[in-house]
Amino acid sequence: MMVLILAYAAVVCSFLSGLLALLINQRGSLNELLQRLPLRPLSREWLNDCLTESHYPLRLKQAVFIVLGVSGLLAVSAGIAVLISQSAFTDQIGLGLPWLPWHVRFDGLSGFFFLIVGIAVIAVSIYGPGYVQAYQEEKHPFAVLGLFTGLFVAGMLLVLLADDAFFFMIAWELMSVASYFLVAFQHENPANRRAAFLYLLMAEVGALAIILGFGVLAAFTDGLTFDALRQANLSTTWASIAFVLALLGFGMKAGIVPIHVWLPEAHPVAPSHISALMSGVMLKVAVYGLIRFCFDLLTDVHWQWGVVLLVLGTISALGGILYAMMQPNLKRLLAYSSVENIGIIFMVLGLAMIFMANGFPQLAALGLLAALFHAFNHALFKNLLFLGAGVLQHQVHSLDIDNMGGLIKRMPQTSFLFLVGCMSISSLPLFNGFVSEWLAFQTALQVDVLDNGVLRSLIPVAAAALALTAALAAACFVKVFGMIFLGLPRSRHSEKAQEVDDKGMLLALKVLAGLCFFFGIFPTLIIAALNNVAKQLLGQSLPNDTLLSWMWLAPVSSQKASYSPILVLIGVLIATGFTFWYLRRNPDTKTMRRSATWDCGFGGLNARMQYSCSAFTMPFRRIFAKVWLIEEQIDKDMQGALDMDVASIRYRLQVEDHSWPRLYQPIAHGINSAARLVGRIQTGNIRVYLGYSFVTLILMLWVVSL
Amino acid sequence: MNWLLAVIQTLLFVALAPLLSGWLKWCKCHLQNRNAPSLLQPYRDLLKLIRKQPVVAEHASWIFTRSPYIIFSAMVLAASVVPLIALDLPTAASADVIVLVGFFAFARFFLALAGLDIGTAFGGMGSSREMTISSLAEPAMLMAVFTLTMTASTTNLSLAITHVLNEGLVLRPSFVFAMFALILVAIAETGRVPVDNPTTHLELTMIHEAMILEYSGRHLALIEWASQLKLMLYGVLIANIFLPWGIAQDFSFHALGYGLLAISCKLAALAIFLAISETLVAKMRLFRVQEYLSFAYLLGLLGMLSHIILEASR
Repeated sequence: MMVLILAYAAVVCSFLSGLLALLINQRGSLNELLQRLPLRPLSREWLNDCLTESHYPLRLKQAVFIVLGVSGLLAVSAGIAVLISQSAFTDQIGLGLPWLPWHVRFDGLSGFFFLIVGIAVIAVSIYGPGYVQAYQEEKHPFAVLGLFTGLFVAGMLLVLLADDAFFFMIAWELMSVASYFLVAFQHENPANRRAAFLYLLMAEVGALAIILGFGVLAAFTDGLTFDALRQANLSTTWASIAFVLALLGFGMKAGIVPIHVWLPEAHPVAPSHISALMSGVMLKVAVYGLIRFCFDLLTDVHWQWGVVLLVLGTISALGGILYAMMQPNLKRLLAYSSVENIGIIFMVLGLAMIFMANGFPQLAALGLLAALFHAFNHALFKNLLFLGAGVLQHQVHSLDIDNMGGLIKRMPQTSFLFLVGCMSISSLPLFNGFVSEWLAFQTALQVDVLDNGVLRSLIPVAAAALALTAALAAACFVKVFGMIFLGLPRSRHSEKAQEVDDKGMLLALKVLAGLCFFFGIFPTLIIAALNNVAKQLLGQSLPNDTLLSWMWLAPVSSQKASYSPILVLIGVLIATGFTFWYLRRNPDTKTMRRSATWDCGFGGLNARMQYSCSAFTMPFRRIFAKVWLIEEQIDKDMQGALDMDVASIRYRLQVEDHSWPRLYQPIAHGINSAARLVGRIQTGNIRVYLGYSFVTLILMLWVVSL
Repeated sequence: MNWLLAVIQTLLFVALAPLLSGWLKWCKCHLQNRNAPSLLQPYRDLLKLIRKQPVVAEHASWIFTRSPYIIFSAMVLAASVVPLIALDLPTAASADVIVLVGFFAFARFFLALAGLDIGTAFGGMGSSREMTISSLAEPAMLMAVFTLTMTASTTNLSLAITHVLNEGLVLRPSFVFAMFALILVAIAETGRVPVDNPTTHLELTMIHEAMILEYSGRHLALIEWASQLKLMLYGVLIANIFLPWGIAQDFSFHALGYGLLAISCKLAALAIFLAISETLVAKMRLFRVQEYLSFAYLLGLLGMLSHIILEASR
């Protein structure tokens, strides 16, 4: 019960932080209230100090984020507690309609996602106070931002707690609508309004699909609680319909290709700490929904669903990273890279389903574990990168990668922390991203147990696609880090940029980067916890002896595969340390001589001669040309006697997503023309309308008299 | 004892890598009617570079000066995982073949960053090309590796090689395909003709060299040594996975000596093969490399399919 109280407290705290933000314009009434309260002189003095004109907004913002941070802490502790206790807690809250109490269930799966949300919320609340300083109160009121942030976090936590379809949808809508207001926060820009509208539209279409999915289940049973839905006895057809509806609904929120289009529009326009929450956490809540729906509610899964997930996941992973690579805007790039990572998660979930349906629950547990671990890792490094992007926006006043450069010298700490994020997301060994990808490969390699020849050849091909995705991600983030932090400054802004002076913003990055490294070295901590989740959800877990110890990771058996990050780390340290010592022991050559960069003897190297973003990705653009809609334009101004010398060149490159013109524009056109057809009966003439009424009346009378 | 042996094997690996490059160069020179340098020339070059004071461009950041150490250590670590003369060493369990690919990715990541650090066009060009080629090579490599690991049903290199040894001499079509795929990938990844030319300094042809143009002194030595190591790593992988005979299965002095002799002969033969192919084949255009690597991928895929259709007993 204590665990549930912790979870409730987390929700209440996030609500509180939202409500607290509303007090921003209430300084006068608070002051009056304070005069009436009987207080000790010391605390009165402190409160008076807080309420002075200059201190009040700052203190209040801090207080809002502190309460939000407490909510995160409570969520983390609730999550850890339920993971340790390995049991599920249920409860009913008598809110809402009298015959529909809200059912609550807090089990290992919810607990794990609580942990993810909690960590992200803590990081955001450390980061937030420094970041929101930059917003002007008149234009971007803090009350709005704070209120909806609180509601958004509360919505996410409630989704994880819900144990009936009714409550689930309310929490889901709370989360969607609150985040809509956050996306629309800087609404003075028409592009932002458009992105927010698109987001709301897709979120609602997705919610409809989820409601229909629940509806299919509810039709075969009585009641809306998840317990009742689990009892539903569905035919294969109806179960598949429910699965497709859930996939559509949750997939839309998670952002799988081709229903991802809202994501690269909405994430860049929200404030950075909100995009971190949306991209790092909200997408995971959608993953949670899908896992809950497929593995828990629809008890027996079919391997065909797994194939669907696998194929969609592969397309999303490859498409996401290829689109990401071409984006010049850092936050758009990160949003597309979320599409990639969600794709990887869906791939591994698909594998888990295939193994589950073919009667290998232990391998299914491995797949589920890999998927959940990747979700956790993605939350860590994507938050880190989004918050890092926020720091860059704060300091450089731009998100255009081509406008930065050379920041590693001006912002040494940020650059180092950002590098950790880039290395994690590129799944390099020693960092957390690598471990989950390794687990994904291990799951795919167990394909030998399956009987179906098609699956046995399809899965390795998907694994090779995963390898391609990882390699492309590495290329993409080499580009990101190289263009932003290395080389010479490409604009005045980046030349003038300085390290961020707010300690909190850096601290949030440090915490996340530290966790990325920590869980890269000690992944078994998470895996042991996840094993319990798998046991609760699938009734199967990995055998205990395969998790040899904290030092070794051997998911199937030590005979099949093993990885020991700590030994690798020790090896790296020894090798580096020894070479470093050996090569620098000669005092004459110990120091390096600095000299001008080699300029081929021509002289005058400048920043414009470096490789730019689009130059870096040109080979990819040429090799994978069919993936994008590319519009390239080169205008040359000529001069000289025969107009033969080139005076200046203007180069314009536009790279677009296929899904918009191919999928959405036809739908939009269809709806428009249908609306136009319907519009024809609207003549605006009162006599015609009277005629309609008359005909309808006659028809009704005829129907009644039948 | 086992750990000591693992360390000795790693050191042997690191020490022999320049010799392999020397031998390769010697073969190539003789095939091309040139006077060959001594076999020990790579060691002399490395020693000379180590004794020099490095000159570093003024814009360089710590990425540039630390990368050589990181790249070199990643390669040493990779060398510690790959069985050279003996199987069943404890280091083999600490990282499997997927982690090995990860080590290569790690080294490449920092090499590409170092190329971008100075802010010259050459560095950026090299990084861009290197990342392009490697991202195409990685799926082909894993396809080939999967064929092997699915046959042996393990990703642990040492155990997989043991499996191949125990099976005896069986001609498997899947292995033939996988071997050719891995050879093609190895040529691309180690920057040899026809994908890249390690001796060139021309803008049109440079990939690896373009990234390291600004390096000098001990930094250059480390990077050169690391790329020699990478060449040897791929050589040993091909030699020991597909032709594992001779490798020591116990730690007796006799077996180890025999293992060393066997791998030396195999590598020498592979180097001759590489030298011949480099003499016969011309370097290809950058945008032909994708066709070359998709061919490698196709071979890997064929290997995988023939394993599933022909070999798996179902």
